[in-house]
Amino acid sequence: MQERFILKVEDLTVSFDGFKAVDGLNLYIEPNECHVIIGPNGAGKTTLLDLICGRTAASGGSVKFHDKELLSMREDQIVHAGVGRKFQTPSVYEDLTVFENLELNYPKGYSVFGALTFRCDDTIRGRITEIAETIFLEDMLDEKAAYLSHGQKQWLEIGMLLIQDPELLMLDEPVAGMSVAERKKTAELLKRIITDRSVIVIEHDMGFVVDIATRVTVLHQGQVLSEGSMEHVQNDPKVVEVYLGH
Amino acid sequence: MTFSSFMTRKEAFGFLVLAAVIFLVLPLALDAFRLNLFGKYLTYAFVAVGLALFWGMGGILSLGQGVFFGLGGYCMAMFLKLEASTPENTAIQSTPGIPDFMDWNQITALPAWWEPFNSFAFALFAVVAVPVALAFVIGLAMFTRRVGGVYFAIITQAIAAILTILIIGQQGFTGGVNGITDLRTLMGWDIRSEAAKTTLYFVNGALLFAVLMVAHYIRKSKLGRLLRAMRDQPDRVRFSGYNVASFKIFIFCVGAAFAGIGGAMFTLQVGFMSPTLVGIVPSIEMVIFCAVGGRLSIIGAVYGALLVNWAKSTLSESYPELWLFGLGALFIAVVMAFPNGLAGIWSERIEPQILRLFNRSKDDKTAPKRAPAE
Amino acid sequence: MFSDYSWADLGAIFAMQGFAGLTLFAVFVLMALGLAIIFGQMGVINLAHGEFMILGAYVTYLVSTFFAEYMPALFSLYFFVAMFLAFLASGALGLLVEWALIRHLYKRPLDTLLATWGLSLILQQTYRSVFGAREVGVSLPDWMMGSLPLTDLIEVPINGIFVMILAIGISTAVYVMLFRSNWGRQVRAINQNRDMASAVGINAEWTDRLTFGIGCGVAGVAGSAFTMIGSTGPTSGQLYIVDTFLIVVFGGTASILGTIASAFSISQAQSIMEFFLSGSMAKVLTLLVVVGILMLRPQGLFSMKLRK
Repeated sequence: MQERFILKVEDLTVSFDGFKAVDGLNLYIEPNECHVIIGPNGAGKTTLLDLICGRTAASGGSVKFHDKELLSMREDQIVHAGVGRKFQTPSVYEDLTVFENLELNYPKGYSVFGALTFRCDDTIRGRITEIAETIFLEDMLDEKAAYLSHGQKQWLEIGMLLIQDPELLMLDEPVAGMSVAERKKTAELLKRIITDRSVIVIEHDMGFVVDIATRVTVLHQGQVLSEGSMEHVQNDPKVVEVYLGH
Repeated sequence: MTFSSFMTRKEAFGFLVLAAVIFLVLPLALDAFRLNLFGKYLTYAFVAVGLALFWGMGGILSLGQGVFFGLGGYCMAMFLKLEASTPENTAIQSTPGIPDFMDWNQITALPAWWEPFNSFAFALFAVVAVPVALAFVIGLAMFTRRVGGVYFAIITQAIAAILTILIIGQQGFTGGVNGITDLRTLMGWDIRSEAAKTTLYFVNGALLFAVLMVAHYIRKSKLGRLLRAMRDQPDRVRFSGYNVASFKIFIFCVGAAFAGIGGAMFTLQVGFMSPTLVGIVPSIEMVIFCAVGGRLSIIGAVYGALLVNWAKSTLSESYPELWLFGLGALFIAVVMAFPNGLAGIWSERIEPQILRLFNRSKDDKTAPKRAPAE
Repeated sequence: MFSDYSWADLGAIFAMQGFAGLTLFAVFVLMALGLAIIFGQMGVINLAHGEFMILGAYVTYLVSTFFAEYMPALFSLYFFVAMFLAFLASGALGLLVEWALIRHLYKRPLDTLLATWGLSLILQQTYRSVFGAREVGVSLPDWMMGSLPLTDLIEVPINGIFVMILAIGISTAVYVMLFRSNWGRQVRAINQNRDMASAVGINAEWTDRLTFGIGCGVAGVAGSAFTMIGSTGPTSGQLYIVDTFLIVVFGGTASILGTIASAFSISQAQSIMEFFLSGSMAKVLTLLVVVGILMLRPQGLFSMKLRK
């Protein structure tokens, strides 16, 4: 039986020295949706992603991915469960080539012994080339990641996640700092990759949000302020007041 | 696996040159006494190679490698001491048959934890297993709690201090500040003779090469790339599905095993083991061997150990005051001026010159200019 | 190990050893305070910190010799002059070292460890060349000698009380400077966001230098106190650096009160255990416990939960 939601965030709370960055938050992600989270700075967007992927420990509540409680799992176990996370600033391995960056994320050889005996064969090479084409970097495979442009690094990091084929992909401001042309290409890339998975995107750029979102959640002070289609959210007076209005 | 995927031609050349230095140049150029001295320096190279792996590549700085070196050395020394303490040899003691320092400290029976060291097989096993076990415990406690960087460095330094104080304080069981001395034979073979020392030098060299090959294999494997990735982007590695702590524990244990083997070879070649090789000062000096060689280069680590120790004995023989100034300056220089050490100077300065000389500049590879990110 | 003693004896032993440990506590606090300012605020570990302390001890030795020779009438006051000069000397050396070395290494904490270790070797050899390898000691003025009898069994050494008051005074001063003064606000601003602090007109370069200088200066004062519990040699400082750093980490790097509490517990534990065990085993046990606790609780005893 098809589940209604793949991710259920319920009553999630985290407090830093008494300050509740996320406060009793509920969020439900459907299969194959592109769910965009918006909200003013400090609304708790990045913290929410940190909580889901295990980077920050929650003070209370639950995060269920299918039937698994993510809050009690280690980061690498959450990844193996099928949740991928892209950071706000591009985090790629600058010392390594684009090929090696992608190869390191190929879902094989996760254990110490596995990493010692890992060999790159034709299947893996084919998969890496395929991903490189998707992220517009097929000509840069032997280039060190340090020499990529900011936008290319963002794509590379997305590619590093794609090669693991996660069921749920979380992207933190994927187009921040990109040129207009790069934004368009990224939107095109996202539309292509969200077809067979769920995606949570944090984004400030409204034009971009309209372009990709199937559903939008507005966060404010660690709580959900409004949720629904872009149109619905844009016309919600509460949202207008705290966010879009000024 | 094919040879070319294991080692490029350039890397093979580097290893060949090092093999020539260790197995041909040094034995031919030095008398037996000096060769033994260089054999001693090479035992430090075991530690430096380990440091190149987990400090240079993994970004984990341990200021307590003397602990593992010492544990390996003590395990070997305990076996040799028991062999030397036959009832005949120790007939003048009030309790014959136990090590002399125990007798001096009014101990009348061999402590139970010394007993297994009557067996050579057990001693060999312990040389590796004891350092690895300690490294595993430290690593498990620290890395799974994400303790790293400066904290890890200082805690390892504290452990070096603790072990030294403990060894000195418990002299009845450890030989105290003098260490375990007067070691004579290994399975009946006199290790004090010139011929034995020369043989041991070659055994040491062969073991060092075995260790280098293991280190090289790790470096070239995906684990090696993961280490560098972890050093620069620990979160990205973690959120790519790797249990970062387990990799750090592994590489720290590998370094401890190398250091333990080095320590055992030290005991065999020099004929004693003492707390002066365990504490804070020797431990941090071992870091400088690696740093001088180039913290990323395992071959450089060997040259670094040879060079710094050679300079130390040459300088401190004639100008003891100068040596400490020199060593201090060396610490500052490898940090401020030559962060990639000898290997960096070679690949950034000398190698391009040679390539130009041979007019092969068309396929020159620009060496990374940037200092390795800490 | 306690069974040979009566309860009254035990109480007296604890109290006596506790008071005897006060001087050690004072040295620890002052050393750790300097280290904590530098590490907590700037993220730099100064492995030469012990040598800065020893510089203060040598200055104290020089001043006491000078007073004994030329101004014997004022000898009872030399300690105050010595403390002040020790602060200045170590502080000035700190400023110089920050300028020459540390400022190039702010983003490379592990490299700072190595560089400052190199510095400590150079300083040790300098002391050896200047003052000789033999350890030197100072004689205390009469009013600091002796002890106050509290009960028949318990006596309190006067110099212990004096250095403890000193340590608490200086800790208070540092606290006030860090958390109540303009300089302290600047230091904390830089600690939190260097670029932003510079952008709003804080001279980050000089604030760093001053912070480092003050941290080293406090170590110099620790050196003055140190002359009361031990003789001064070129390598005396090295013995303290590990203990001191453990104190800083144990106390939690963000808290001066934590530093004081951990210095107190570590010095007292060591001093009291020394009565029952050999000195070296007391030290091994103390360090083992601290390292053990730090392995279980790496953030120290006092620390804040932050979004990282």
